[in-house]
Amino acid sequence: MGNQPFVKMTAIEKAFAGNQVLKKVDFDVQPGEVHALMGENGAGKSTLIKVLTGIHQRDGGTIEVKGEEKTYSNPKEAEKDGIVVIHQELNIIPHLTVSENMFLGKEKTLGRTGILKKKEMYQETLDHLERLGVTSIHPNETAGDLSVGKQQMIEIARAISTNAEMIIMDEPTAALTDREIESLFKVIESLRKQNVSIVYISHRMEEIFQICDRITVLRDGEYIGTEQVKETDFESVVKMMVGRELGERFPARTSTVGDKVFEVKHLARDGWFEDVNFHVNQGEILGVAGLMGAGRTEIMEAIFGAVKKKQGEVLLDGEPLNIKHPRDAIQAGIGFITEDRKGEGLVLHLSIRENVALTNMKAISDNGWISSKREAELIDDLIGRLHVRTTGREQEVKSLSGGNQQKVVIAKWLGIKPRILILDEPTRGVDVGAKKEIYHIMNELTEQGVAIIMVSSELPEVLGVSDRIMVIHEGKVARILPREEATQEKIMQAATGGE
Amino acid sequence: MKQLVTNNLSKLGPLIGLILIMTILGFMSENFFTVNNLLNLLRQISINALIAFGMTFVILTGGIDLSVGSILAFGSALTAGMLASGMDPLLAVFIGLLAGLAMGAFNGLIITKGKVAPFIATLATMTIFRGATLVYTDGRPITGLSDSFAFEMIGRGYVFGIPFPGILMIIIFFILFLLLRKTVFGRQVYAVGGNEEASILSGIKADRVKIWVYSLTGMLSVLAGIILTSRLNSAQPTAGTMYELDAIAAVVLGGTSLAGGRGRIVGTLIGALIIGVLDNGLNLLNVSSFYQQIVKGGVILLAVLLDRRSK
Ligand SMILES: Nc1ncnc2c1ncn2[C@@H]1O[C@H](COP(=O)(O)OP(=O)(O)OP(=O)(O)O)[C@@H](O)[C@H]1O
Ligand SMILES: [Mg+2]
Repeated sequence: MGNQPFVKMTAIEKAFAGNQVLKKVDFDVQPGEVHALMGENGAGKSTLIKVLTGIHQRDGGTIEVKGEEKTYSNPKEAEKDGIVVIHQELNIIPHLTVSENMFLGKEKTLGRTGILKKKEMYQETLDHLERLGVTSIHPNETAGDLSVGKQQMIEIARAISTNAEMIIMDEPTAALTDREIESLFKVIESLRKQNVSIVYISHRMEEIFQICDRITVLRDGEYIGTEQVKETDFESVVKMMVGRELGERFPARTSTVGDKVFEVKHLARDGWFEDVNFHVNQGEILGVAGLMGAGRTEIMEAIFGAVKKKQGEVLLDGEPLNIKHPRDAIQAGIGFITEDRKGEGLVLHLSIRENVALTNMKAISDNGWISSKREAELIDDLIGRLHVRTTGREQEVKSLSGGNQQKVVIAKWLGIKPRILILDEPTRGVDVGAKKEIYHIMNELTEQGVAIIMVSSELPEVLGVSDRIMVIHEGKVARILPREEATQEKIMQAATGGE
Repeated sequence: MKQLVTNNLSKLGPLIGLILIMTILGFMSENFFTVNNLLNLLRQISINALIAFGMTFVILTGGIDLSVGSILAFGSALTAGMLASGMDPLLAVFIGLLAGLAMGAFNGLIITKGKVAPFIATLATMTIFRGATLVYTDGRPITGLSDSFAFEMIGRGYVFGIPFPGILMIIIFFILFLLLRKTVFGRQVYAVGGNEEASILSGIKADRVKIWVYSLTGMLSVLAGIILTSRLNSAQPTAGTMYELDAIAAVVLGGTSLAGGRGRIVGTLIGALIIGVLDNGLNLLNVSSFYQQIVKGGVILLAVLLDRRSK
């Protein structure tokens, strides 16, 4: 490389309310390179991007784009210079068509009449998608009917339609299926060939080593260094991120598995899943694998009373439970950590305290009156145990980093001292260190006899932490395997409907 | 640091606005800052404040209640009717309040179980309850109520020189303040308005919370209606028309978000004071009621615009 960088950020500083989030961070991106931005949750990755594109204003440092010093006051201005961000929360309007979404805000019209040139927009949408090598999306389809992966393709197509020279992807693969990730990588490859720069933020190490050219690591808002991917390895990057050796990725399982405590019989819901049977033992972790859309989340929601089931029984200690509302499940001692922490797990503008208290009202109130003292004690204890990185229990969860938000969700459910804990994608968007902490917490819980059901789309994780593995295929239990017998191949085969 | 300051500033915004308006009015009319006038003001705002307190709960859950004025009218007429027939005043008031609770619960049921948008549901019941009032009263005021001391007290009485409705309003303010701040129910109100999905998955019966919130508003509206009835010593079938607007305005002026989940009842009290002070002050200044409306609307717009700015 060595030519002029497309973007060069030097000694960037940013503080929120006295909390220094970026401390003299340097970051540069060459034309046509895929550059990974890595760091633990809360390290400042998203903030750096927001400072670049003018969502936040920097306190210090300089930004050069193509050698010219720049300060953007909003993302629209950055877009004019060819810098586009695809945020983790997709900006797709579900009831509009693909091509309407593509041209949102920049519709092609006949002169100034406001009459839309639909044919032209249709054709251009097709062209852009083709440029990405995507042929399975039709411009007239309703965007909301498409899978998350395809919606993301629309966003990327929209980005290149503005002649973007740099596309920043903030955790793009968190909600994608393996196949979708593959096609995303192909797209990235072809963009690279067209000399477009990509900034890639992800907590999935495998991906980084697969597609990136360079890695820049931040830790606690500090710039740690930039490495060529070819000249480094997994361990050293982790060490740069956490500042110490992390050791084994998956801590050894330590609990002894006891008797059957929880059982699901003939659970069914029309169009979603049918005749689901399985059980979990005391102190056991049951991993649930399957492709995205196989019905794993829906099965868990039905057990928890969040959606109606058509038939089937849920038994605790051999006694059937009558669960009609999540409250019934909670009272029976079942906790449910949902996969969508922002949509279903948290009330974003409330504080950590108020969020964690929601599930723990019984413990902190008498006859409907909340005891502030007991509340504070409980919350402080939980955020201490989970090492939530925060300025205190009154911090809004919205301003926490993704991984710390996830810990707050876990804290909500630890408080109720569950006997059965269902975790749906518990480590999505969570950094390596925090992932390990979450596995530790799961281990500890099982030692106390809690039975855990963990749904996960990351096969290494399923294999690494489960005692038994259940594979779901198109709404049916395809296979249940003890950990010793399970392999990546066997699971994939069962998950895709093979024998 | 800067964020901390602006944060608190936006919380204090309504109060600063109130003080500003009061200062201006104080300079323009020497009668404004008299004890008499201020006590009068307290009495005047009590009706709107009570309704607005209920509205705060409703709006916190992400809803809206357009039927408060009609509930007020029906509750007043019902109570007045019972009084006129010689019923014990306290019993009549009690039954009236229960009727308010029931009308509110009806709103809540349509919204939750019937899954009708709050705006539409209460728009419909606004008409229904008004119609019911007209049927019940035959379209005529109910007069000749009761000469019971207790009933007169509600709207016209004074305790140590302070108007009783004002005292009542302040007591209820403190109760509701504690309800929102210190109880499980209060927490649930914020949670349901902030993220209904997440609160259901946390074991909160969101429907039940909403039904209670509308019931509470119904009851507070009738209480406001009873104060009005006692003051006028009669019930008008058209009473409370457009009251929902002043109530919503008070809530919004107080900084509560119409999107739900955010806001404080103290803000609503200040909002009700702002509206009351404007009405009162402009009257003192002999501004024609036509212009008064323009000024009031302008202040609301200005407040909301300033609020936007600070965010
Ligand atoms: N608007 C804000 N107000 C206050 N603090 C904030 C705000 N945005 C971010 N922070 C804080 O800045 C720090 C960095 O957050 P940032 O979102 O950049 O982390 P991240 O590296 O993207 O983490 P993750 O991998 O979890 O997404 C965190 O401690 C976070 O709490
Ligand atoms: Mg981030």
